[in-house]
Amino acid sequence: MWDYTDKVMDHFKNPRNVGSIPNADGTGQVGSLVCGDALRLTLKVNKETEVIEDAKFETFGCASAIASSSMLTEMAKGKTLDEAARITNQDIADELGNLPPEKMHCSVMGMEALEAAIKSYRQGGKPVVFEQQEEKLVCRCFNVSEEAIIKAIRLNHLTTVEDVTHFTKAGGACGRCKGDIQKILDKVNGAKAEEQPVQKPFGELTIVEKIKAVEKVLEEEIRPKLNMDGGSAELIDLSGNVVKIRLVGMCSGCMNAQATIKNFIEKTLQEKLDATITVEQA
Amino acid sequence: MKEIYLDNNATTRCYPQVVEAMLPYFSEKYGNASSMHTFGGQNRHAVETARAQMAALINAEHADEIIFTSCATESNDSVLFSVAESFPQKKHIITSAVEHPAVLEPCHVLESRGWRVDYIRVDAQGRFDLDELKSLIDGDTALVSVMWANNETGTIFPVAEIAKIAHAHGALFHTDAVQAAGKIAIDVQAADVDFLSVSAHKFHGPKGIGALYVRRGTRFVPYLVGGHQEKRRRAGTENVPYIVGIGKAAELAQKRLTDGSMQKIAALRDKLEKGIVAAIPDVKINGDVQNRVPNTTNISFGYIEGESILMYLNDFGICASSGSACTSGSLEPSHVLRAMKVPFQFAHGSIRFSLSDENTEAEIDTVLKELPPIIERLRKISPFSKENA
Repeated sequence: MWDYTDKVMDHFKNPRNVGSIPNADGTGQVGSLVCGDALRLTLKVNKETEVIEDAKFETFGCASAIASSSMLTEMAKGKTLDEAARITNQDIADELGNLPPEKMHCSVMGMEALEAAIKSYRQGGKPVVFEQQEEKLVCRCFNVSEEAIIKAIRLNHLTTVEDVTHFTKAGGACGRCKGDIQKILDKVNGAKAEEQPVQKPFGELTIVEKIKAVEKVLEEEIRPKLNMDGGSAELIDLSGNVVKIRLVGMCSGCMNAQATIKNFIEKTLQEKLDATITVEQA
Repeated sequence: MKEIYLDNNATTRCYPQVVEAMLPYFSEKYGNASSMHTFGGQNRHAVETARAQMAALINAEHADEIIFTSCATESNDSVLFSVAESFPQKKHIITSAVEHPAVLEPCHVLESRGWRVDYIRVDAQGRFDLDELKSLIDGDTALVSVMWANNETGTIFPVAEIAKIAHAHGALFHTDAVQAAGKIAIDVQAADVDFLSVSAHKFHGPKGIGALYVRRGTRFVPYLVGGHQEKRRRAGTENVPYIVGIGKAAELAQKRLTDGSMQKIAALRDKLEKGIVAAIPDVKINGDVQNRVPNTTNISFGYIEGESILMYLNDFGICASSGSACTSGSLEPSHVLRAMKVPFQFAHGSIRFSLSDENTEAEIDTVLKELPPIIERLRKISPFSKENA
C-alpha cells in the first residue's frame, strides 16, 4: 500500500483537465504501453503573449501518474511558456505534498511531457514524442538517456543508484546498467576516482602476484556487477598476459557472454592492470 | 464499511476456531514441548496431533514426514539448498518460469554457485511444457521443482506426470503447493512427491508457520541447525501455538474440500468472471480456465493500469491484487504474465480476484455493480484504446 498524500488522492480521484484539446497548439507525449505509464499533454497557447491558456492530459498509469499529470496541467495553465519550462519534477511532487520515492518517476514523466509539448509549439504544433537521445541511452529496458539521468541527479540531489531508479526507472528491470548509473553518479557528484598506486607492469609480476592482482580486480570490480545479474566469473588459468576466465551462474548461458568477456572483463582488467591483457573464455 | 475480501491468494482470514485452538498455548500451556516435565512435555501431544492433521491434508503416509517451518519460503529454501548439498556430483535443477520468488530466488543463488538451472516455459494459457522438461532433463539433474498451482492465475500443473519424468531420470521432485493446499485435493503418495511446501496462512491458519513434507528415506540436510527438534531436521524451539494453529487449519481445510465449499467458491468465482466479461469490453482472462484452483480468476482490463483499478476498488472496500508494475514496485509487470506472453496493454491492467468460502453472492453483486464504471472512468483518462495501442 503506497502512502499517498490526500492531495495525490484528490487529483487521482478528481483529475483536473482530462482530455485532449482539439487542434492543440502543442502536443507532448511520453512513455508507452510497454513501460507501464504514458502521458499525452495538449496545450492551447496565446500566440501574442505565449501564455498557456489551457492544458489537458490523458494518462495511462497508476494513481501517482494520474495525479502528477493532473497537477501538471493545473500548474502550467496561466504560465508563459518560458515560465512553464522551468517547472521541475520536484515542483510537481511538492505541489502534490510529495510522492513516495518509488513513484518519483511519475513526476519526471510530467516534466518531460511538458518539455515535449513546448517543443511541439515552437516547431509549429506537430506532436512531439519525448525522446531520449538514442546514442546516449544508459537503460535500454526503459529507454533512459545519460542526459535524463544527469538531469534527475542534479535536480533532486540523488546519491544512490536506487534513487536514480526511483526517479527515472533506469536500472529497474534487468539491472545491467546499474554500474553505468553509478559512474554517472560519481561523475555528477564529483566523486574522486581512487588514486591508482604505482604498479609494476603486469609482465614483470610473478605468477602468484599476477593471480592475486587479477583476483583482486575480479573481486572488487567485476563480480559485484555480474552478481547483480545472478552470475559470476572465475579465474581458470593465466599465461603471460592471457587470462582465462570462466563465466558462471546466469552469465554462463548468457547470449552476451562474449561481450561480457571482452567489453567488460577484459576492458576492466586492462584499465586496472595492464593495457596488453587479453581475456579468453575458458 | 465491511471489506469485500477477494485477495485470499495473498492471505486468508485466520478462522476463529483456529485462534481458539491456539490461545491456550500462549499463556496457560506455555511449556517447552521438548521438556522432561509433564507441564512442558504434554505439549508434545499437541504438536504431534497437529503433525497428523497436516499429514492428513496432503495424504502423507507417515506423520513424521512433516517438518514444521516458519513459512513456505523457509520450506522452499530448505529443499533447494538441501538438494544442492546432498548431491554435490550433480549440477542441474529444473523449475518453471512462473514459480514464486521463494523458489526462483534460491535458484538464482544456486546459479551463482555454479548450478545450471532451466526454467521451463509455459504457453499463453500458462500451461506447463512437459515436452520441454523431457528434452532438458538428464542424469545430471538433481531436482525438479514445479509448483502445484500458480498463485497469480490459479493454473494447476500436472505434478504427477512431472514427478514421473523426474524419477525416471533419477531426479527428486519438489512442489510448492502453497496455492493448492486447502483448495484442491493433494495426495503426495498418488502424485509420488518427494518434497512439498505449504503455508498455513493461505488456508485460514496463522501467518508465520509453514510445513515441509519430506518423504521418508529422502536425503535431507537441515537448513537451520542448533537443536534436536523436528528429529534434527529443523532446529529451534517448537512454536507450539502456531503448530497447533496449522494443524487445526489443516483439519478444517480438509473438511472444506468435501463439504461442498469448493463448489460454492467456484460458482461465485465463475459468476464474477462471467459478469465482468459480459459487462466490460476489452477484457482477457489469464490462465488455464479448464484447469484452475476453484477460487482464482485473473482478469486483464486492456489499456489501463492495475494500481489505479485497485485504488478505486479500495473505495468500496473491495480487496484484490494486480500484476501491474506499479503495485510490485519492480517497474515491470508480473513475471508470470510475461512468461505467458500476455501483451503489455493487458499485462499492466491485470487484476487477480481470489475468493474464499466466506464470500457471498451479495459481495460479488457489489463488485459487478461498482467495477464497470471504474474501468470506464480510467479508460476515459487513458490515451490508449483498441484503436491506437
